[in-house]
Amino acid sequence: MTLAEMQFVPPDLYPVSAEIFLLSMACLILIVDLFVRDKKNTLSFVLTQLTLMGAALVTVFTSARLLSLLIAVVLGPEAATDLTPRFVEALGIPVGDEITYTFSKMYVDDLMGDLLKLMLYLTVMLVLFYSRAYLLDRAQMAKSEYYTLTLFATLGMMVMISANNLVTVYIGIELLSLSLYALVALNRDSISATEAAMKYFVLGALASGLLLYGMSMIYGATGSLEISAIAERLFNGQANKTILGFGVVFLVSGIAFKLGVVPFHMWIPDVYHGAPTPVTLFIASAPKLAAFAIVIRVLVNGLIVVSQDWQAMLLILAVLSMAVGNFAAIAQTNLKRMLAYSAISHMGFMLLGMVTGVVGGDARYALNAYSSSMFYVITYVLTSAGTFGMILLLSRSGFESDEISDFAGLNKRSPWFAAVMMMMMFSMAGVPFFVGFFAKFSVLQAVVAAGYLWLAIAAVFFSLVGAYYYLRVVKVMYFDPPANKAPIAAPMNARILMSANGLAVALLGIFPQTLMSLCAFSLLRSL
Amino acid sequence: MSGLPLLSLAIWVPIIAGFVVLATGSDRNSPLARMLALLGAIFGLLVTLPLYTGFDMATPAMQFVELSPWIPRFNINYHLGVDGISMFFVMLNSFITVIVVLAGWKVIDNKVAQYNAAFLIMSGLLNGIFAALDGMLFYIFFEASLIPLYLIIGVWGGPNRVYAAFKFFLFTLMGSLLFLISLIYLFVQSGGSFSILDWHQLPLAMVPQMWIFLAFLVAFAVKVPMWPVHTWLPDAHVEAPTGGSIVLAAIALKLGAYGFLRFSLPIAPDASHELSGLIVGLSLIAIVYIGLVALVQEDMKKLVAYSSIAHMGFVTLGFFMFSALGLEGALVQMISHGFIAGAMFYCIGVMYDRVHSRQIVDYGGVVNTMPKFAAFFMLFAMANAGLPATSGFVGEFMVILAAVKFNFWVAFAAASTMIVGAAYTLWMYKRVVFGAVANHHVAELTDISAREFLVLTLLATGALGMGLYPQPFTEVMHSSVNELLRHIAVSKIL
Repeated sequence: MTLAEMQFVPPDLYPVSAEIFLLSMACLILIVDLFVRDKKNTLSFVLTQLTLMGAALVTVFTSARLLSLLIAVVLGPEAATDLTPRFVEALGIPVGDEITYTFSKMYVDDLMGDLLKLMLYLTVMLVLFYSRAYLLDRAQMAKSEYYTLTLFATLGMMVMISANNLVTVYIGIELLSLSLYALVALNRDSISATEAAMKYFVLGALASGLLLYGMSMIYGATGSLEISAIAERLFNGQANKTILGFGVVFLVSGIAFKLGVVPFHMWIPDVYHGAPTPVTLFIASAPKLAAFAIVIRVLVNGLIVVSQDWQAMLLILAVLSMAVGNFAAIAQTNLKRMLAYSAISHMGFMLLGMVTGVVGGDARYALNAYSSSMFYVITYVLTSAGTFGMILLLSRSGFESDEISDFAGLNKRSPWFAAVMMMMMFSMAGVPFFVGFFAKFSVLQAVVAAGYLWLAIAAVFFSLVGAYYYLRVVKVMYFDPPANKAPIAAPMNARILMSANGLAVALLGIFPQTLMSLCAFSLLRSL
Repeated sequence: MSGLPLLSLAIWVPIIAGFVVLATGSDRNSPLARMLALLGAIFGLLVTLPLYTGFDMATPAMQFVELSPWIPRFNINYHLGVDGISMFFVMLNSFITVIVVLAGWKVIDNKVAQYNAAFLIMSGLLNGIFAALDGMLFYIFFEASLIPLYLIIGVWGGPNRVYAAFKFFLFTLMGSLLFLISLIYLFVQSGGSFSILDWHQLPLAMVPQMWIFLAFLVAFAVKVPMWPVHTWLPDAHVEAPTGGSIVLAAIALKLGAYGFLRFSLPIAPDASHELSGLIVGLSLIAIVYIGLVALVQEDMKKLVAYSSIAHMGFVTLGFFMFSALGLEGALVQMISHGFIAGAMFYCIGVMYDRVHSRQIVDYGGVVNTMPKFAAFFMLFAMANAGLPATSGFVGEFMVILAAVKFNFWVAFAAASTMIVGAAYTLWMYKRVVFGAVANHHVAELTDISAREFLVLTLLATGALGMGLYPQPFTEVMHSSVNELLRHIAVSKIL
């Protein structure tokens, strides 16, 4: 290559406008915070929420396909064909391909990514609203770092969602993880939080090492780090099978750690339990979306040719997760810890959809299976945010409300929030009319359609075990006398959002069609 | 036939009424909550009446059909309809809801709105089960109905209520999860249909039929309940408040039996024939062995709970002899048991409200202080024992007749219930009602109030009316039962 050919081609920044916006705002908030003396950090909070809202608007209005899809969902398909061109023209949105690459194909912008990012902003906004009162009550944690770190973590997740290169995947994961390590240790006087942060950091570093090692082997086997190039070379059979095999094992292990599935789940209970509840709420919700995205990007987009290998691995991880998660959750008395084990089992259940995509080289069921997983993960995030949000809602200064017994007699104290929590619990247990039922149903039908009847039976058996501990929370709220009669001190906005969250869990359980089709449609346009 | 979506009304009127009642909030408004609940229940019953008056007895096809897409992604439809088999259960359930609201009028003074709302919502969900023609819709109503009953047992139940509520929920969930897998399997096999009527026509080989039949069996056997998965029922009955016991006995047990007719028999007819011996055997164990178990109970509610299991044994026995007489007898028995078992539990509740004991030994000589009550209780005890002229006789007699044609020894074993059933019911009645006044609790008893009189009269009308003149019930069933028998006589194996 001569010097003349090595021209610098400026990357197309249009697809990453949301990321750029979010990054600039995060830096701005950092600087603003230096000059504003405010114990309550109201400005940082408001700016962070506005940033997320802005990022959502930027994401919607820079993507013609997302815009058209949203208009179609809200106003109907005719309106979409009618209105979209007008918006596109007025705003000068480039109408490119279904899938836009940028930064020399390191970065990808597609419908699945857009949709997951929208869910991500929504979840993070919810998390911040739920956390607000809790943070204000605790002087140690009322720092504006919480907001900036959350934004950086969000940026990391956006990078993960849109990564089309193993290095980009790694950068996204590290940006997320490093922010999370710091967040877990935010309350530096708390021994359990510091311990949790140390555990998380050490194990997380190990997992990053595994991931990098796997990536280097994939590079060794295929000669590329770019996900679509890897898929192409594997398809053409230009890969060293032995090295590739090792690479896939390490890669799957690293991803399994981030998802928190057995046997890479050790950090989950400790971190969920030890971290301050707002951070637990954050860890338990939004990163699951990003983890799902990298499963799709790396395993499905990149390594679909060797799907038999990673499906077999994920199958074992999924079954083990459901078993360990559900049985261990029974023994817990701390709600955060119980929900941690429940998260492990839910991630296992979600993986069932990922292992049934390709059956004997036949990818007929792939879309059905992967979209059921996507539906599962989105609805799980919604429910999980609600349950941890409820712990925050019931806590007040000097009282954490994270033991199951703290929920005793909630029905006497607040029938409405007891009902909301009950909806969350029944949704997690997979009882209709709540959205968790349709999440389980859609994954189960994918499993049965792929012919894995025994797997479906195992999955429902573990769900039955799981129902026990969710029922126990309902029992404590409804059947037991109240342990304390203090009224709920949460601010109005958190109450309204919590109610909306509960209603969403119920309404999506009655009308799941829209979200289901959105998942299927976005995957169809992105794979 | 009117243009109104009657079945939707039967489902959603009680549910909406339940939410309205819930909105009345705290116990300060409990009189309002009671009134609203009663109005909702009565209105819910009124909207089901046109189902009977507008019913076309000549056709076995589904009537009052409503069909609109619900979740097109999986071809799940909001598909409702009733035939001669299911129509009465919608009405019976709506009737029992009125009874239940009245039964809890005075007794429940804690979280009144939630109590009544739970029953109303459950009533709507149960109507949904009987009216659903879409497999998923059926399953969703089937499982969602667990939630209100779980809360009813757990919140307003007896001392051991937590254990009973968990046992009830987990037992039923265990059965229904396998049922869910079978539904999904049928969905895949039928090329993407959840319509129960499509599944009736779906050809299946013997092995899948067997598996489907067994998975259905687990789900429905738990619900019926059949021996040996019946153990949750006595616990649930004993701990549940009176209203909960009434709904459990009168309606919830019928779901399992109804499931056999709607799912097991028509979807897996060959497996049904193949495994009929198993069901007949389990039914006879329920009739004979559980009848003997009932004999030795000291707790009245437990005794009636075991007697319910024995009576439900007749129902499953009637189904699996594949004759019109047996099937219709079983259906009559199901409806009749709804009245009688509901009434028995109500009678026990009436005494429990006054004495706060269900133990037989704590009573004796109740007739001296509660003569009107004793008369009603006598009627229902006789009906429970299968006295002619009560509805209890009609169903059992039809099933025994069918059994004689089927196999003499089966009939012999089944008929032994005439003796055992009379023994445990009447012996209990004798110990509780007759004799000298046993203690000061009994001496202080007051006879039934006007409200209690009304409830007992309503139930007595049902039990006696059906016993004296069962024709209106059986003639509605005829064509649907005959069609079902025709259908299951044809093999589905290709």
